[in-house]
Amino acid sequence: MFLAAAALVAAGCRQDMHDTPRYEAYEASATFADGRASRGAPTGTVARGWLREDEALYTGKVAGELVDQFPFAIAHADLMRGQQRFNIYCTPCHGKLGDGHGMVVQRGLRQAASYHQDRLREEKAGYFFDVITNGFGAMQGYAEQVPVRDRWLIVAYVRALQLSQHASVNDVPADKRGELDASAAETPSASTEKPVAAAPAAEKH
Amino acid sequence: MSQVFPKSANAWSKASVLAIVFVLLSVGWVVLTIQRSDFVTSANQFVEQPVQFSHQHHAGGIGIDCRYCHTSVEISPSAGIPPTKTCINCHSQIWSTSPYLEPVRASFRDDKPLNWVRVHDLPDFVYFNHSIHVTKGVGCETCHGRVDKMPLMIQKASLQMEWCLDCHRDPSRYVRPRDQITTMGYQPAVAQAELGPRLVKEYKIAGLEHMTSCSVCHR
Repeated sequence: MFLAAAALVAAGCRQDMHDTPRYEAYEASATFADGRASRGAPTGTVARGWLREDEALYTGKVAGELVDQFPFAIAHADLMRGQQRFNIYCTPCHGKLGDGHGMVVQRGLRQAASYHQDRLREEKAGYFFDVITNGFGAMQGYAEQVPVRDRWLIVAYVRALQLSQHASVNDVPADKRGELDASAAETPSASTEKPVAAAPAAEKH
Repeated sequence: MSQVFPKSANAWSKASVLAIVFVLLSVGWVVLTIQRSDFVTSANQFVEQPVQFSHQHHAGGIGIDCRYCHTSVEISPSAGIPPTKTCINCHSQIWSTSPYLEPVRASFRDDKPLNWVRVHDLPDFVYFNHSIHVTKGVGCETCHGRVDKMPLMIQKASLQMEWCLDCHRDPSRYVRPRDQITTMGYQPAVAQAELGPRLVKEYKIAGLEHMTSCSVCHR
């Protein structure tokens, strides 16, 4: 009798409040032809705060010409965030050093570019922004994955990486030289090729 | 006239009182155990997906950061399910002819999303926001377990209210530095008993009264 009562009580349980009639993120919807409940903005409209008038900031170009100036000042904290974002989105292919030997390349993706080749060391900052945004060669664009400001911070960190691979002891501030790896300091001839142990100073553009 | 009840009825009546208590407690225990079981919480159960995506391979083997795909986890309630384009970033070239990945290519080709099946589904009367947890130092691993060791995604935690409250009552036992959020197999550099309270203070995590207030999660 007790079991029967328990079964009756259990049968009264409903999931109405667990699954209320509203859409969760990414939920399917029969209302729209493409089956998506999450809707994009209608064609020809701009969401508040999404008007992209600043050409240099949003495209890395001014009147079709690549810019070499960062559209905003890069502080040390920005560079640190650039490093973090770089390590999330770029290292799978470009590697932590930016030499193009990332894990995905080792697993068969086409060889990624090294930032330390002459062509890329001489490229303008806007070029890197443009490639992150729109892709290049086998690399797809990362506009959906990395917001605009973060893309610029990644560019700043790429610059720091380039500096790190072509720096000599003389580039390290005098008061920081004591922190350098002793073996690198003893063989200055090799130090032009080796990464410098100390983090590069924040670049001001 | 003989007695209605034999002498042994005394013992039986006392025993039956105990038996009723015992049966009620047992039923309560059984109900609560079932209520907490994986059968009810759907924890530790594999879910059939359109493509059997392996977190073990992508996050563990290749070492891709969680945020490469779950891009909105730091800024939004939803961690974000990557669009098929994110798969194509690599799979335009890697395993690009594998029949196993045909649903992915078809999705990209026809601009039709893959119908991934939700693994973690909170009741709709619970408000949950990924970004606040990640910002306050709750690592992915703390709730989702060792994702880098899961060939198929499973829900690791019960997602029941007592599980939420366990942390909300004293988050200092679980928080980690922000730069370790996506680390799998994280080990605190110093004892958690010392690090935890320090991080709770540094990240300004609210006190017990606020953290266990009904309206924090039921709004």
